[in-house]
Amino acid sequence: MRQRKETWILTFAGTTQAMQMEQYARAHGLPGRMIPVPREITAGCGLSWKAAPEEGKEILAALQTAGLAYEAEYRVLL
Amino acid sequence: MIYLDSAATSLWHPKEAEERMIQALRGCGNAGRGAHDATLDAGRIVFETRMRLAELFHAESPERIAFTCNDTEALNTAIFGLFGPGDHVITTVCEHNSVLRPLYALEKQGLELSVIPADVSGRIDYDQMEAAVRKNTKAFVVTHASNLTGNITDLARVCEIAEHHSLLLIVDAAQTAGILPINVQKSGIDVLCFSGHKGLLGPQGTGGIYVRPELSIRPLKMGGSGIRSYEKEQPAAMPEHLEAGTLNVHGIAGLLGALEYLEKTGIEMIYKRERELMHLFLEEIQGIPGLTLYGTDDLQQRVPTAALNIGSCDSGYVSDWLYENYGIAVRSGVHCAPLMHEALGTREQGAVRFSFSHVLTEEEVRIAAQALREFAEEEMQQ
Repeated sequence: MRQRKETWILTFAGTTQAMQMEQYARAHGLPGRMIPVPREITAGCGLSWKAAPEEGKEILAALQTAGLAYEAEYRVLL
Repeated sequence: MIYLDSAATSLWHPKEAEERMIQALRGCGNAGRGAHDATLDAGRIVFETRMRLAELFHAESPERIAFTCNDTEALNTAIFGLFGPGDHVITTVCEHNSVLRPLYALEKQGLELSVIPADVSGRIDYDQMEAAVRKNTKAFVVTHASNLTGNITDLARVCEIAEHHSLLLIVDAAQTAGILPINVQKSGIDVLCFSGHKGLLGPQGTGGIYVRPELSIRPLKMGGSGIRSYEKEQPAAMPEHLEAGTLNVHGIAGLLGALEYLEKTGIEMIYKRERELMHLFLEEIQGIPGLTLYGTDDLQQRVPTAALNIGSCDSGYVSDWLYENYGIAVRSGVHCAPLMHEALGTREQGAVRFSFSHVLTEEEVRIAAQALREFAEEEMQQ
């Protein structure tokens, strides 16, 4: 069985919120990428942002500075 | 061909629109339906277009803009989604059938409808607007500018009455989006319906609806949203609430390119040029025998559209003569504005509508005016 590792996931209320975050992340070189929401999580939007656990703090700080909204953060085994 | 029918659709599209569309045709998946790059690229285009439209109309956030396939779909969404039997709605004779027919359909189900008249120049009687308000009045549905006369509606005045009576203000911006500055928040607009292929210079099959925060509209269509798929109802969150099914991403990409061009060029500059061309046309046609010109004389209060007739000539005959002899493309007939024609007294004759794009040359405008003069002089001699 493939070995799973802990992953940081950020969810969004809707697709527009997700795309707004993605645009900002790409423009500012934030780590991570969009993936389908893992089945362990319930979220408004089917897209979520995946990054390494140690990168979550930096991403949230950047989103806060930019005033960008998100739904919730999770740590899941993927 | 000298194309003077931009009020119907823009024949000219900026190269940015073409390039964006071709790119999208070659690489876009289905927006909001997965996380691979093909679908994300589509989502990125949709998001950026939403952002730019929100900026253009001064919407609170991009979520408040939903895409539709045209202005008619946006207006149907607003009218069927907000009103029902027992409600009273006030509209005007200046409206297009995309407003009138949905309202007539609801009238058959018990909606009360008041239609505010206009004078012979097509100017709305605003005093009657306030007088028409009843206890059960829900909204004003008004065009921002007539697609026939080009007269611009005094939205500040309508908004004042709407706010005074706590009514919704629904605006049809078919003839003004991309031409006149629109600020939904300052103008107190609750719902703005617009077309993407006229003043916004995008491809056909594009349009949209702005809905102010806290206002919810029953969706006209229900189906795939890419989110909350186990729920039996269309998601309540905008824009998915009003965007069931696959979006026209290729068209939206074209609209994005067009918006990029509009931002670079400035809609004020475009409107200024179009008004200059309309002004030139109106100067050149002065004194034409049998000429009847409709709409207000105050050119500051008009979008670049001039509707006219020559004597009692059938408007269709005039337009066909212009096209056959000079390749001048104009619109004749009723323009889907039956009540406006009744107000102008042109129910049988219709009218010949010239509408001006900023890419026309002065020479083309002069040719059109001269052709009309030639037609009128021959016709009125007989």
